[in-house]
Amino acid sequence: MALHPLFQRSLIAIALSAGLAGPALAAERELLNSSYDIARELFSAINPDFVAHWQETRGEEVAVSQSHGGSSAQARAILQGLRADVVTYNQVTDVQVLADDGLVADNWQQAFDNNASPYYSTTAFLVRKGNPKGIESWDDLSGEGVGIVFPNPKTSGNGRYTYLAAWGFADQHFDGDEEQIQDFMRTFLRNVTVFDTGGRGATTSFIERGLGDVLISFESEVNNIRGEYGSDDYEVIVPPVSILAEFPVAVVEPNAERNGTQDLAQAYVEYLYSEEAQRTLAGFNYRVHHEAVVEEFADLFPETELLRVEDVFGGWDQAMETHFGSGGLLDQLQRR
Amino acid sequence: MSTRALPFAIGRAPKRVLPGFGLSLGVSLLFISLVLLLPMTGLFGQLAGLSLAEYWAIISDGRVVASYSVTIGAAAVAALVNGAFGLLLAWVLVRYEFPGKRLLDALMDLPFALPTAVAGITLATLYSSNGWMGRLLEPLGLQVAYTWVGIALAMAFTSIPFVVRTVQPVLEDLPVEVDEAALTLGANDGTAFRRVILPHLWPALVTGTGLAFVRSLGEFGAIIFIAGNMPYETEITALMIFVRLQEYDYAGASAIASVVLFVSLALLLAINIWQGRFIKRLHGGGG
Amino acid sequence: MQRIGDAPAVRRALILAAVALSALFLLLPLVAIFAQAFAQGVAVFWTNVSNEYTVAAIGLTLFITVLTIPVCLVFGVALAWLVTRFQFPGRRVLQTLIDIPFAVSPVVAGLIYLLLYGRNGWLGGWLDGHDIQLMFAWPGILMVTIFVTCPFVARELIPLMQAQGSREEEAAVTLGAPGWTIFRRVTLPNIRWALLYGVILTNARAVGEFGAVSVVSGAIRGQTNTLPLHLEQLYQDYNTVGAFASAALLALIALLTLAAKAGLEWRAARQEAHP
Repeated sequence: MALHPLFQRSLIAIALSAGLAGPALAAERELLNSSYDIARELFSAINPDFVAHWQETRGEEVAVSQSHGGSSAQARAILQGLRADVVTYNQVTDVQVLADDGLVADNWQQAFDNNASPYYSTTAFLVRKGNPKGIESWDDLSGEGVGIVFPNPKTSGNGRYTYLAAWGFADQHFDGDEEQIQDFMRTFLRNVTVFDTGGRGATTSFIERGLGDVLISFESEVNNIRGEYGSDDYEVIVPPVSILAEFPVAVVEPNAERNGTQDLAQAYVEYLYSEEAQRTLAGFNYRVHHEAVVEEFADLFPETELLRVEDVFGGWDQAMETHFGSGGLLDQLQRR
Repeated sequence: MSTRALPFAIGRAPKRVLPGFGLSLGVSLLFISLVLLLPMTGLFGQLAGLSLAEYWAIISDGRVVASYSVTIGAAAVAALVNGAFGLLLAWVLVRYEFPGKRLLDALMDLPFALPTAVAGITLATLYSSNGWMGRLLEPLGLQVAYTWVGIALAMAFTSIPFVVRTVQPVLEDLPVEVDEAALTLGANDGTAFRRVILPHLWPALVTGTGLAFVRSLGEFGAIIFIAGNMPYETEITALMIFVRLQEYDYAGASAIASVVLFVSLALLLAINIWQGRFIKRLHGGGG
Repeated sequence: MQRIGDAPAVRRALILAAVALSALFLLLPLVAIFAQAFAQGVAVFWTNVSNEYTVAAIGLTLFITVLTIPVCLVFGVALAWLVTRFQFPGRRVLQTLIDIPFAVSPVVAGLIYLLLYGRNGWLGGWLDGHDIQLMFAWPGILMVTIFVTCPFVARELIPLMQAQGSREEEAAVTLGAPGWTIFRRVTLPNIRWALLYGVILTNARAVGEFGAVSVVSGAIRGQTNTLPLHLEQLYQDYNTVGAFASAALLALIALLTLAAKAGLEWRAARQEAHP
């Protein structure tokens, strides 16, 4: 009995949201942002600001909805018909997949500043209090008895960045000697205690289950985790050399056109470059480009050499194929 | 398809006194075609895009093969443990009266009712080294989380109701005379159970255990959190499928999925045929 | 009247073993869920549960479940009637086909629907052209939920109806009763517990399905997020208490259905005792 009104209400709500009731009933325009898994809090903070900003400058009430999931799964959903207007991902390849299908303009990386990446990060370490294993850089990770936790590069973009960062370091360290690099990578991978499928799983393994000596994740994540679980128990180490992790954004044009949100989508992405949004981003421990904000948060982000995937691996397509494809280098290194 | 099958079936049927053949056949075929078979074409469409050599290369990859043995091994252990545990539970629930029996009975359905992801998170929390159970077991040298044992545990948890709920009704229907006959012949409890009761329960037990095994082969959500997912050691086949999907490799995912599908379907068909035979035998061949 | 295993010692040992193992294996995880959910007190639990996205997820989950059950019920009864009351070639194959959803990993189940009805699928292209969206909206979620839950009712009914045989119904036919009356008066009373159990399993799985739904949902917060998906996202956000609050809700729904089942059984048992 108690179910009845709830059922009815949800029926109406769902019918409305599914668009069955027709656009005439929709009170306001709605923008759908398809994003990666761990960005929920971030966009919960940014979206209301954007809505207010739009109301102020255009006098129109709009709504922004969020869809979150593993970055690849999110791109796959759009390929198969999820009508997202904009994408904000943590890996270039996932936007490129959309571009290859014609859903995003071919020159999407030129459509916005900084390779269409309003913010960036790198890969960093979280170690236990006092850093008992003395982990300062990548070569400390291939020693005996060091337990590493990071997500599976096969299932997680985050894990791929870690793998590429380690390889990039080894490439520099061994002067490009392929054999030594592979030896290093083999011991590095052998030290992994647990391969969770995603970043959050890895965090749980490290923090709540006490596995491993070091957790490797995005610098932003590592800082957020330290904030979340107590700054006394953990330390953040940013290695002197690491990888540049870009967070690419794009407008999914056919969808925006269909939803009549082209101007909104464009403005939303541009807004991410505004001082207001950049300050929010920096607050979530992402590195940003806006000069005033960079200066303000300079203490948070130690200087470090950031390798570019394009320079070390000849681009993402190349890296994906050589390293992460079935039978690729990652598979070979883990073979026994 | 139904129009062709219908007259053929009627022509061969011995005598059909009960009504509703056409209706139930229509509903069943429509449903099976639309809901089950039509979507399966998508899977086979993907497979059709692969040459036989490519298909073989995908399904015989070393890491995938290792995942088969992990999955099958753990599922077999889980099914066997469940066979024994399920039989015990069914027996106690049917034969004895005790306080809290109704609660225990209701508890049996919990693994079906609990979303598998919740089960996975909870089991991993319980059995990790600082969880309630892990803290007790680890000093004894038994590590459950992130090992093969954890996989089997998660499988056993999600599939226990299959055994209990298939054995229970059969045990309930067993007439008192069966017990009496066995005991008047002078057999003790153990012998009487083995010689008289077990043969009656056998089909239900095998069916339940078989279903539990099949269910374990495809389980993903509950296992992934507790498995550790180390290549060659604790990677399950469902993860291999998931990995292929992340790579946008639908054909690869479909190929591995098809292996699991065929194995599972073959097992289920075998269970059905065997169950049918047994029931026929039980009813003196009358069916 | 003496039965096997009636000796007090055997009886006590077996009951104790069963209860202890069940407590350890089944009850403990349940307790852990609620312990985690209320780890920071009732107020925090309530804040999490009354969150607008959680409420929307509950609504969607119940909506999908309420639509799924009748479909599975009609199909399950029809199939069980068909394969247990009639002999025809292909009967066994039909009975195995219904097991497909058990054999398909849930993620793959979602995938095959996506491959068919998604934008690049061969039906999806046509649907997209006509501006009909099934995937990433509630119809898609409903479709995969029906797929994964449809075997339960049939699976429960078939063994029972097979074991019971059709003599009673045949007798009713000889007495000239029409088909629906036979079903209502003769068959239904015999199968109602199995039917009910099938519905409970269907309900539980429909409420809790994760893998298949996650593929076709699109995970739009407040719109296409079911409760299990919402739970997983909270977990991803380091909101363990929030995640377990949703888990506790799901467990609660499960417990309520189980309690309803127990209550109905008890009433029926009483009716049988005092007709």
